[in-house]
Amino acid sequence: MIKGLALLAFCFLIGMWCGALLGTWLGIDANVGGVGFAMIFLLFSKEYVTRKGAWNEEFAFGLGFWNKLYIPIVIAMAASLNVKSALSSGILALLAGILPVFIAFGLVRILLKKATTTK
Amino acid sequence: MKELEVILDKNGLIVAFLFVGLLTWATDLISKKVLNGRVPGSALAIGLGLVLGYLGGLFTEGENGLADLSYFRGLTVLGGSLFRDFAIVATATGASFLLIRKSGLLGLVSLVLGIGLFFFLGASLAWVMGYRDVVSLCTIGAGACTYIVGPVTGGALGASSEVIALSIGTGVVKTIAVTIFTPMMAKWIGLDSPGAAMAYGGIMGTSSGVAAGLAATDPQLVPYGSVTATFYTGLGCLICPSLFYLVLSTLLG
Repeated sequence: MIKGLALLAFCFLIGMWCGALLGTWLGIDANVGGVGFAMIFLLFSKEYVTRKGAWNEEFAFGLGFWNKLYIPIVIAMAASLNVKSALSSGILALLAGILPVFIAFGLVRILLKKATTTK
Repeated sequence: MKELEVILDKNGLIVAFLFVGLLTWATDLISKKVLNGRVPGSALAIGLGLVLGYLGGLFTEGENGLADLSYFRGLTVLGGSLFRDFAIVATATGASFLLIRKSGLLGLVSLVLGIGLFFFLGASLAWVMGYRDVVSLCTIGAGACTYIVGPVTGGALGASSEVIALSIGTGVVKTIAVTIFTPMMAKWIGLDSPGAAMAYGGIMGTSSGVAAGLAATDPQLVPYGSVTATFYTGLGCLICPSLFYLVLSTLLG
């Protein structure tokens, strides 16, 4: 368990560091894409450990626990936000949530047509 | 009773675990029994979380939703940026290079197109509705991708609690829309093969919506759509607060 957790912690810290460096480089006082970098590092590390033949239940459990915890965390976050003032823009959430989905359906159709004709 | 109050007050984070657990249990039950799995339990739970956040704000006149009630203070810890970012990184374990290779060029093209489409449509709609600052536009655009990319982007760029709530709400609406409309549109878009499911997963992104939508269309396609949908959130978390933020700031001067 702790091995997977440590691997996750390592990738998280290195990724956040990259995000902070990128933020400084861009001149904005923010962590830019640290989470994304960390995910890429984790992907590479997992691949490396697997290739070395050292990947086992120990690793998988430590990572899997946090993987599963993310939806509960989003629920907790949703319940502790300033939803009341956001409600005045509730129409926007509906529009921006539904409208692009329909355009995306059209895009899938076009893309799949293209893919089958090029084949 | 006095003792219990002290215990609850002292162990905020543990109370938050219990609270979220009970809420998830209840929404899973509703999703299965009442809605026949038509709406993913996770989307329902996050939606209910937003409703409770609203009620909390109504009662306390505060800005932290339900967490302004003293017993629920722990929600700000569990739902805070540290736990959130750490857990999101762990979701990358669902992906592997083998799967990336499997999804191929079509998968990659659909991912990039999908994230770009949802982000810029979301940001444009926010602009039309009167938002003008780049951070808010970027956060709402990211929320139109998924309810994870929204708060990650908003957190990184320092968006307000209100805008982050809006981005989560947008993402939840999207998940539900994808779930409900996929079985209806499946035939029209040509969603009938593993390759098609991968392209569809890459464009739509929201993994719980894609999985539930495909399950209602053809359960055999679920793993294929999930392959690309898993990358969507990761890639979105990477490029929304960086590349897309820069593009937006350049566009808006």
